[in-house]
Amino acid sequence: MSFKWAKPYEPKNPFMRWMDERLPLPRLAYGAIGGGYPVPRNLNYFWNFGVLAGIFLTIQIVSGIVLAMHYYATTGGAFQSVNQLIMRDVNAGWLLRYAHMNGASFFFIVTYIHIFRGLYYGSYKAPRELVWMLGLVIYLLMMATAFMGYVLPWGQMSYWGAQVITGFFSAFPLVGEPLRVWLLGGYAPDQAALTRFFSLHYLLPFVIAAVVILHIWALHIPGSGNPTGVDVKDERDTLPFHPFYTAKDGWFAAAFLLLYALVTYFAPNYLGHPDNYIEANPLATPAHIVPEWYFWPFYAILRSFTVDFILPAKLWGVLAMFGSILLLFFLPWIDRSPVRSGSYRPVFKRFFWLLVADVLILGYIGGAEINAWRVAVGQIAAAYYFLHFLVILPLVSSFETPLPLPSSISESVLHGEAEEAAPMGQKKSRRGATATAA
Amino acid sequence: MRFILGFIGAVFAAILLISFFSNLATYFQSPPAPMAAEEFHREVKELRLASDGPFGKFDKRQLQRGFQVYSEVCSACHSLKFAAFHDLKGLGYTDAEIKKIASDWKTQVPSINPDTGEPATRKALPSDNFPPPFANETAARAANNNALPPDLSLMTKAREGGAAYVYSLITGYQNQPAELLKKFPDAKTPEGLHYNPYFANLNIAMPPPLTANGQVTYADGTPATVDQMAKDVAAFLVWTAEPNLESRHAAGLAVGIFLLIASILGYMAYQQLWYEAKRAVRVTGPLDPENQAKSRRAKAKQGVAG
Repeated sequence: MSFKWAKPYEPKNPFMRWMDERLPLPRLAYGAIGGGYPVPRNLNYFWNFGVLAGIFLTIQIVSGIVLAMHYYATTGGAFQSVNQLIMRDVNAGWLLRYAHMNGASFFFIVTYIHIFRGLYYGSYKAPRELVWMLGLVIYLLMMATAFMGYVLPWGQMSYWGAQVITGFFSAFPLVGEPLRVWLLGGYAPDQAALTRFFSLHYLLPFVIAAVVILHIWALHIPGSGNPTGVDVKDERDTLPFHPFYTAKDGWFAAAFLLLYALVTYFAPNYLGHPDNYIEANPLATPAHIVPEWYFWPFYAILRSFTVDFILPAKLWGVLAMFGSILLLFFLPWIDRSPVRSGSYRPVFKRFFWLLVADVLILGYIGGAEINAWRVAVGQIAAAYYFLHFLVILPLVSSFETPLPLPSSISESVLHGEAEEAAPMGQKKSRRGATATAA
Repeated sequence: MRFILGFIGAVFAAILLISFFSNLATYFQSPPAPMAAEEFHREVKELRLASDGPFGKFDKRQLQRGFQVYSEVCSACHSLKFAAFHDLKGLGYTDAEIKKIASDWKTQVPSINPDTGEPATRKALPSDNFPPPFANETAARAANNNALPPDLSLMTKAREGGAAYVYSLITGYQNQPAELLKKFPDAKTPEGLHYNPYFANLNIAMPPPLTANGQVTYADGTPATVDQMAKDVAAFLVWTAEPNLESRHAAGLAVGIFLLIASILGYMAYQQLWYEAKRAVRVTGPLDPENQAKSRRAKAKQGVAG
């Protein structure tokens, strides 16, 4: 699809030839994820997380469909259907539920790594702006799906999380409160809210799957980026996706699923909150309402606005929280440096790692109990988040002098080859080899 | 557009800094008062159970002892509504024993009089969930000084600290320390509550449930010290919250080994495949005159001697 040296599909089996002439589905697959998709040969392991995200989406859809067969979407029956029927009586129901619960967390882990990979290597830059924006749409859909899924067991955190998150809408003047009541189907989360959350929680993953197809389609027009950020120039720069990257993705997926299995089987509740094993009680507010870990940085931003300045603090918090994600849509035009990869941008690189630390700090603050010092640290971290994207990044991209880029991907690959090419027993360190070459 | 976005960013940052300084000012003008619940709350005691760790299995004798403590002590107030009598098979009871436990259970199951259709009760069957000690929340509160004894089916998953928390709480009752009263004269445990440093706000409505050694006479002859009974009932509650723990651990081990072998084999296949690809780079690579020329040009540009 992308490069002129991409191998065309040549069906060998007569059935496939027959099929190809009528419905070229095998041709589509061959060009998309088979030998017909040339991929830069220098991808590092951070490029494995897109495929992993696809694997976790599949795990979530499959386990979720079976769970839905045993779940009762009623305020009186939801908690029992999850904690007695599914966890005790359904064959391997405990496995389905724990796989689904931790699958959501791991879906977010791989997605966050995927997003930060994109931030570091400039994957959002031309000609891949739409790939990036479709990815953000997927991320927003994931957040909505995960939130609604967390409400379904109808535990204390489910209920109060729904209360807090739908409460965001009431921050908007005039329309806010009626909008919230309309969305919930009542003044507080109840049967109407639970049923519609269940319906949407079942629907949205398929919408995600559809946007994933667009995301991959848009990606395959310019082809995958690579750690140097240098464009593919000729055939020597690429390898066919299959078998080279299917093999690399395959073994790495098995290794990553091992990590997922260890958590699912041996610490299934580690990433959850104990309060969600208490049935929802509209009359008893939990001491500390916190969302799931993947929302903590945004929760910290929300809670950091504590002063009514022109607008009420809550409205500032809600605007900033939504803004913190929406600003990412503008990233391709905010960061105008022509150099894609952070490896060749010494100033950008430092700020990038500062951003990573900042988001981790926000995450910690968002999940921890509130005290004066944590709020103060959270406020500084939240301010840095906005300054990073909206002020620092545009400035860095205009003033920074990037390092010289390799003239091609295959040349960049060769930098490490001196070591491998050295005769046996005379291997030099990477640094040594470079020094000798210089 | 970059200026508009930069302005928005600056506004958010400015509001955050205003929030930051106004909070700091409040903090120094009126520092938050220390709270008794923060200073005197204790971390849970250490508790080791056979079910701990990735290879943990239940100690069935201990679970049976814990069940005995539950049925003789805890079940007077606490329900176990998500567990059924037939689940007791997991504790090693036979079908006949379970049938007897169900029919002898102190509270009966609501039913209908088959002749009149009036509400009635019947003896529990193995297929029934454990009937709750109180008919409803109002009855439970009325009998317990307006406090509601929580359901115990998921207790060890529903509290930070799990089984260790249950054990610490049951054995943690004590007189309120004099030091606490000296520092926080207003924090005296109210009438009808009991001081317990493992409870979040230090004062719990539940009276000490296990008060004397030998409160339960264990069928297996284990000396029933308060500590032993507390451990046993904590172990039992791990089982009620997670009856599939053993099969989960066993399946986890099998899946882990499978994925480990799969990733090793996959890695070897990947190395094998890419070895050829890397050799191909080397052949078309440094020996390729075009590539060498490019390399020289790049180095010259960087001011590095080739």
